[in-house]
Amino acid sequence: MKLNLFIFIIIFFSEFSFAKEKTVDPNQIHKNLRCLVCQGQSISDSNSDFAQTIKLVVEDLIDEGKTEEEIYSFMSDKYGDWIVFKPQFNIQNSLLWILPYIVLIFGGFFIFSFLKKRQ
Amino acid sequence: MQKIIKIIILFIFLFVIGIFYISLTRDTNYNTSNLINKETPEFKIISFDNSNSYTRDDIKKNNYTLINFWASWCAPCKIEHPILMRLSQTKNLVILGINFKDKESQAKSFLSELGNPYDLLAKDKNGKQSVRFGVYGIPESILINKDLMIIQKFVGPLSFEDYNNIIKIIE
Repeated sequence: MKLNLFIFIIIFFSEFSFAKEKTVDPNQIHKNLRCLVCQGQSISDSNSDFAQTIKLVVEDLIDEGKTEEEIYSFMSDKYGDWIVFKPQFNIQNSLLWILPYIVLIFGGFFIFSFLKKRQ
Repeated sequence: MQKIIKIIILFIFLFVIGIFYISLTRDTNYNTSNLINKETPEFKIISFDNSNSYTRDDIKKNNYTLINFWASWCAPCKIEHPILMRLSQTKNLVILGINFKDKESQAKSFLSELGNPYDLLAKDKNGKQSVRFGVYGIPESILINKDLMIIQKFVGPLSFEDYNNIIKIIE
């Protein structure tokens, strides 16, 4: 029992240490950046000149110690929100993020009241 | 209950119509106009002859600076070249040419053939510096004032309309 507990603690804390050391994955960033000169391709999928340059810049930003969010923010700053496939939450696109939840709540309420009335 | 359903259907209908209207009437041409009225980013770019490098301090000295991204392999750059030559004769404007992903020998022969409109000439071998200016294709030009603010951004070759626009601003 004590041994099991010991192993659990070791695994639990090693998970934390791995989480701390987690590095930024450039491929993940490339997948979430749009190639602006291609038709619906990400930077990861494209071999265009623009995509190659963006890959180099992402590499540099990672070397500078920037986080994934900071890299997206840098790219949005230069090319607008369009460059990021997953848009960041801001005032302009707040409706895009909030609307599904509003529809879900109202839809649930509507179905609930409809079923209740039928009963 | 039926009244609520009708209101919801009407709301959804108006919402869909609204989305269609906005999507169909907006300009679909991608541009980086969001950089206008923003401060010029920090940069350090090597001069064409490798003798020194240019930074924002070199722009601060001038009333207006036009940063032009060009390359000898870029056909639209040849189209806009006469405009740049005309702009080079105007006072109050310094033109910084950034040779983009080009071969030095070809860039030199491009300038000797068509003329050199640039007061300052730099190169961006791998295109990394151009990303700082939101460049995604060349030619692109950026007009900057003394306070390092981006006043205008021209995507594609400069036209005579752009020339007149620049002259109006700088005079």
